[in-house]
Amino acid sequence: MTVPVTIRIQDADFDIAAEITAMTKGRTDIGAVVSFTGLCRGIEGDDTVAALTLEHYPGMAEEEIQRHADEAIRRWPAVTALTIVHRVGRLVPGDNIVLVLTASAHRQAAFAAAEFLMDYLKTNAPFWKREERSGESRWVEAHSRDDAALARWSKD
Amino acid sequence: MKVKYFAWVRERIGVDEEIVEPPPAVATVADLIGWLAARGDGYALAFEKPGVIRAAIDRAHVRAETPIAGAREVAFFPPMTGG
Repeated sequence: MTVPVTIRIQDADFDIAAEITAMTKGRTDIGAVVSFTGLCRGIEGDDTVAALTLEHYPGMAEEEIQRHADEAIRRWPAVTALTIVHRVGRLVPGDNIVLVLTASAHRQAAFAAAEFLMDYLKTNAPFWKREERSGESRWVEAHSRDDAALARWSKD
Repeated sequence: MKVKYFAWVRERIGVDEEIVEPPPAVATVADLIGWLAARGDGYALAFEKPGVIRAAIDRAHVRAETPIAGAREVAFFPPMTGG
């Protein structure tokens, strides 16, 4: 069976409950749904963040996420549905940024695939954050901890 | 070929995309970075640390040593910070 994969990049907010309903509607094979939501954080160390602006590479971003989704399904054949929604544009603290939903018959594959997808998205999907803090705007630098999070998936 | 720039690479160069025709000696992604860097101050600043720059050919990630022959669209951007 082909695993249904929904991928969207949008300015608008998403409704987590509605996305889960859309993914599971009419399905009786799904026994577990894992949901990860990334939010715009207003505190970075001792600093206050006023807003984030997300830029992306249209076309490649969708294709790259599709490649990640295909890889997740290859690694965890028990995964039976995936939804990935990534917002772009200007976001303020408390706003949703990214949603990853994974479904499977039993929880293990859904948990693992969700974590894998987020680690890949962070370092390989062409999105860039610009941060407004202390009255200045600057590009967020990539974190080595994100590379480390990604590296653990290449061990198995 | 079309070249696209994103995030601070785009800001430093001052355009988001352009059509370029590098000479045949420009064979790889690294060669193209070197050739573009000589086009002006903004380019030089954008590519001052070539090791930091990430590249894609026709919307897929590639390494610096990848040949550019046949590429329709080459993109340059900083390390990604989405999610």
